[in-house]
Amino acid sequence: MTVTVEATDLGSAIDELEKRYPGFKDRLLDQQGQLRQFVNVYLNDEDVRLGAGLAAKVSDKDEISIVPAVAGGT
Amino acid sequence: MAKLLGLRCRECGAEYELQATHVCEMCFGPLDVVYDEAALKKKVSRERIEQGPSSMWRYRDLLPVEDDTPLVTLGEGFTPLVKADRLGAELGLRNLYLKNDSMNPTNSFKDRVVSVAISWARAHGFETIACASTGNLANAVAAYSARAGLECFVFIPVDLEPAKVVSISVFDPNVVAVRGNYDEVNRLCSQLLESTPWAFCNINIRPFYAEGSKTLTFETIEQLGWKLPDEIIIPIASGCQFVRHRQAIRELIDYGLVRDDRVPALTGAQALGCAPVYNAFKSDTPERVLPVKPNTIARSIAIGNPSDGIYVNRIVLETGGVVEAVTEDEIVAAMRLLARTEGIFTETAGGVTIGVLAKLARAGRWKGDEVVVAYVTGHGLKTADVLASVDGHARRVEIEPTLKSFREKVNI
Repeated sequence: MTVTVEATDLGSAIDELEKRYPGFKDRLLDQQGQLRQFVNVYLNDEDVRLGAGLAAKVSDKDEISIVPAVAGGT
Repeated sequence: MAKLLGLRCRECGAEYELQATHVCEMCFGPLDVVYDEAALKKKVSRERIEQGPSSMWRYRDLLPVEDDTPLVTLGEGFTPLVKADRLGAELGLRNLYLKNDSMNPTNSFKDRVVSVAISWARAHGFETIACASTGNLANAVAAYSARAGLECFVFIPVDLEPAKVVSISVFDPNVVAVRGNYDEVNRLCSQLLESTPWAFCNINIRPFYAEGSKTLTFETIEQLGWKLPDEIIIPIASGCQFVRHRQAIRELIDYGLVRDDRVPALTGAQALGCAPVYNAFKSDTPERVLPVKPNTIARSIAIGNPSDGIYVNRIVLETGGVVEAVTEDEIVAAMRLLARTEGIFTETAGGVTIGVLAKLARAGRWKGDEVVVAYVTGHGLKTADVLASVDGHARRVEIEPTLKSFREKVNI
């Protein structure tokens, strides 16, 4: 599913989602506030772990995808 | 009595009913199949296995299909385990064995996992089988879907090796060539799950699919006379099969199929051009596997964001193995070495495995009498182009059809 949020960076986008879907943030981030090992987040098709992580700046029309990491291969 | 009890999250232990799903709703952790182990302990025996078919389905009791599930099979598995005396002599190993999984119906290891996955999917009402693939999986999925009479969609990177595209297309699946690398193909398929009622072998039915990997290790141990080797060299892509090999050894011990309980060292092999697990292994934080952009001829294992990477390093450290990686030149050299010494033509991924074996042997990892097994997981014709582009005919001469010409040109 796709939703639209107002935010300036990835971390605040996740906070916005938490407001709308309480409990969302705990599923996505670990106790240290880092992305959980088994979730991949992409900012416009780039894996955020390869870039600025949760601090990545976002602006209008940017697309954030949240996808389970457990997939593929053998 | 059903032997399959459900699915369980490997991370948080949350339990789920048997269904086509692969990710824990609580923590995104991977789900594994839960068996009725007490019932299996009473049922499983060497004798029962040895009376089974000459395929991986002799281990049916330890696979996620019920006794009455019709199988989708092409006779996969029970591939040769060969003692490699000539390769061993070059590497100083007197007890080297190769599990030649290129002898499977579509010439790679993937037939094992796909036979399980499609058997499960057909029995659970799926009409379309799909996968995200670096080539070998798509090949197996296309063949087994044809065998089962099911609709098939395979998603591959657009620049896949030509030989692989031919051997996929002949089975007439829907081929979706994605302008991106494997990790991008995989992500697309994960996103597609929401809107398609398909069984994606390595995504939503991955818990069942992955279980097929265990048979490679079951067979190896049976073929060694139900004895555990000292070390096994395994190629790493997502790390999914690596994890299942550890599980296979646990089951062999738990069900009393082997008398020894000395777990072999499990060692991982990667290409330096795509070595996220190796990079993590060499770092101070082996359980922190950072994604990379793949750039290697070992395309079939070029996964830059390996889902099971952290488990691989955990198992490697637990069992006393290592993760090693080889250069592109070392991959090709290892393909030639294996062919020249043992008569086995493997693809680039096999070159990675044999390359790592050779590198570790030459670095003095073994004294010489250890029992070492290397898994050769795909056939050389799949990636023949990497040899065609280099000097592959050093000993070739061209002559006239006369004795004179032969005597002039050939020294015998």
